[in-house]
Amino acid sequence: MGSRASRLLREEEIEEIKKETGFSHSQITRLYSRFTSLDKGENGTLSREDFQRIPELAINPLGDRIINAFFPEGYFVLVIFREDQVNFRGFMRTLAHFRPIEDNEKNKNPATEPLNSRTNKLLFAFRLYDLDRDDKISRDELLQVLRMMVGVNISDEQLGSIADRTIQEADTNGDSCISFNEFIKVLEKVDVEQKMSIRFLH
Amino acid sequence: SGELSEMDDFWAGALWALKIWLYLVIILIMIPSMFGFSLGISEIYMTILVKTLEWATLNIQKANSDEGTLKPSSSNGLIQRENGSMEKELEELRRSRPKPPVGGDFTLSDCFYFTRQGIESIVDDEVTQRFTSEELVSWNLLTRTNNDFQYISLKLTLVYGLGIIVRYCILAPLRITLTIIGVSWLVIGTSAVGLLPNWRIKFWLSELVHVMCYRICARGLSATIRYHNRENKPKKGGICVANHTSPIDIVILCTDGCYAMVGQVHGGLMGIIQRAMVRSCPHVWFERSEMKDRHLVTKRLKDHVNDKKKLPILIFPEGTCINNTSVMMFKKGSFEIGTTIYPVAIKYDPKFGDAFWNSSKHSMVSYLLRMMTSWALVCNVWYLPAMHQQEGEDAVQFANRVKSAIAHQGGLVDLQWDGGLKRAKVKETFKEQQQKKYSNMVVRDDSSSNSD
Repeated sequence: MGSRASRLLREEEIEEIKKETGFSHSQITRLYSRFTSLDKGENGTLSREDFQRIPELAINPLGDRIINAFFPEGYFVLVIFREDQVNFRGFMRTLAHFRPIEDNEKNKNPATEPLNSRTNKLLFAFRLYDLDRDDKISRDELLQVLRMMVGVNISDEQLGSIADRTIQEADTNGDSCISFNEFIKVLEKVDVEQKMSIRFLH
Repeated sequence: SGELSEMDDFWAGALWALKIWLYLVIILIMIPSMFGFSLGISEIYMTILVKTLEWATLNIQKANSDEGTLKPSSSNGLIQRENGSMEKELEELRRSRPKPPVGGDFTLSDCFYFTRQGIESIVDDEVTQRFTSEELVSWNLLTRTNNDFQYISLKLTLVYGLGIIVRYCILAPLRITLTIIGVSWLVIGTSAVGLLPNWRIKFWLSELVHVMCYRICARGLSATIRYHNRENKPKKGGICVANHTSPIDIVILCTDGCYAMVGQVHGGLMGIIQRAMVRSCPHVWFERSEMKDRHLVTKRLKDHVNDKKKLPILIFPEGTCINNTSVMMFKKGSFEIGTTIYPVAIKYDPKFGDAFWNSSKHSMVSYLLRMMTSWALVCNVWYLPAMHQQEGEDAVQFANRVKSAIAHQGGLVDLQWDGGLKRAKVKETFKEQQQKKYSNMVVRDDSSSNSD
């Protein structure tokens, strides 16, 4: 007899995750079920291969970047590296960005914004571009993401001019890069709350 | 010497009990099943079982509503997916800014579309769930399906304990006995029939032997099968295609008709069975090396169907076992032969036992033992009207049409994904398709007539 969860989730952990992410009790247990079903190694963590086993994610042009977002960064003697395993807390923390924004959360203390605030959703998207985490999207970084999305179907020159134009439109301080504030400004009219949210069922 | 005679008595007694047991099994179960009628023992068992499971479900539901915990129904997904097309979603994302006059339409928010799709697929995707057993709505008193159902009441636990005793100590030995008898009879019977010269009676006897063995094996699994639309049963010279959940599918179908099997030559016990079967009537067994040669496979299948005296071929076009909640891509090989296709839909009731063979988790032997310690095997079989390839339809389209018909009848989800994704990686071409689609939205392609 093998139980589905290699280790059952304790009530205290569920409460902690609830406070940190805002998911409900039943959502957390069901997401834990999903987490363990993806965890083929049954060691309580997910590796990149575990994510890539999902066919719909493997064929997503930004699949690799999205997977990256789950893996926390660590510091090791001033060098930033990415860990290669994510535990359930980390999994939930990343998914929490995609919870819809509820009205009663908007008035919370702005110093501790919930993970699913508009700003944090935009930060998630910003970090998809900003690979080296220097808080700026350079021309190269923008080109990399563009190339991932269009594949081989657009020429280098055309892609380059698209990148140049995008930076030109967004860049207000003239450093030929897009900072996070400039990113927010460009997208201020976009319905981020809806487009970067997933309808979780209760 | 007193002790010795006691030991002798013990063994004599045990042997006597075993003989009685065998006679009872043969008379009460095997012989009726061989000739296709029943003494009603299985029916009584099923009635008791159904009532018990209903009672258990009611108890669990009552306990849950008392506690106030609403058990989330697993038939609702975790999320409600956004089903807009790429075009629609990107248009909405770009609405807030005017379209640039020249040189490509791109906004920084374009990535939102792919991001959301990606995260949705991480939470809930259509494919990975098909390779593990279906989740039950309510616990069916088997240890193996007890995921997070907690202690409910003493009565329920007692029934559960009683169930374990019944299943492991009474049902399992009974079923194992029947299966051994069934398989042995298959080998002996088909070899015996194979010795006869090719008169008409040989074919008739061969069919009889095959059907009897499968019936015994079906009894060996407490199988309750309901056949629908038997007027559409596959005929000679055609190919029967069905959705695949487990090796037991073969027993289910062959209890009601005779088919020619297709498959790889195995060694060991399977090999013995295969060689015996082929003595009494033609099946199509391939060597492993031959299976890679598609033309050879097609030719042999064509030769078989063109010989109108040979039995209809049974093929499972998915190529692998799926968990009976969906039908996955049908491989086009069978649909290129050019003969009549007889589709069959098989749907198991998971309440009585999980029929799905998860080959990465369980070996064949371990799987069969699990089957024999389940409550029962209940399934519905629908024979669908014969289908032919139509004008202007290629093999892939034909395969998809048949697949949809089977999925629709069996109440299964119709998926385009390949069952081979259980083990293999998805092809790059699907990603490339998405990239091409997106590129068309960036550079509105006036020159789309030019080839890439």
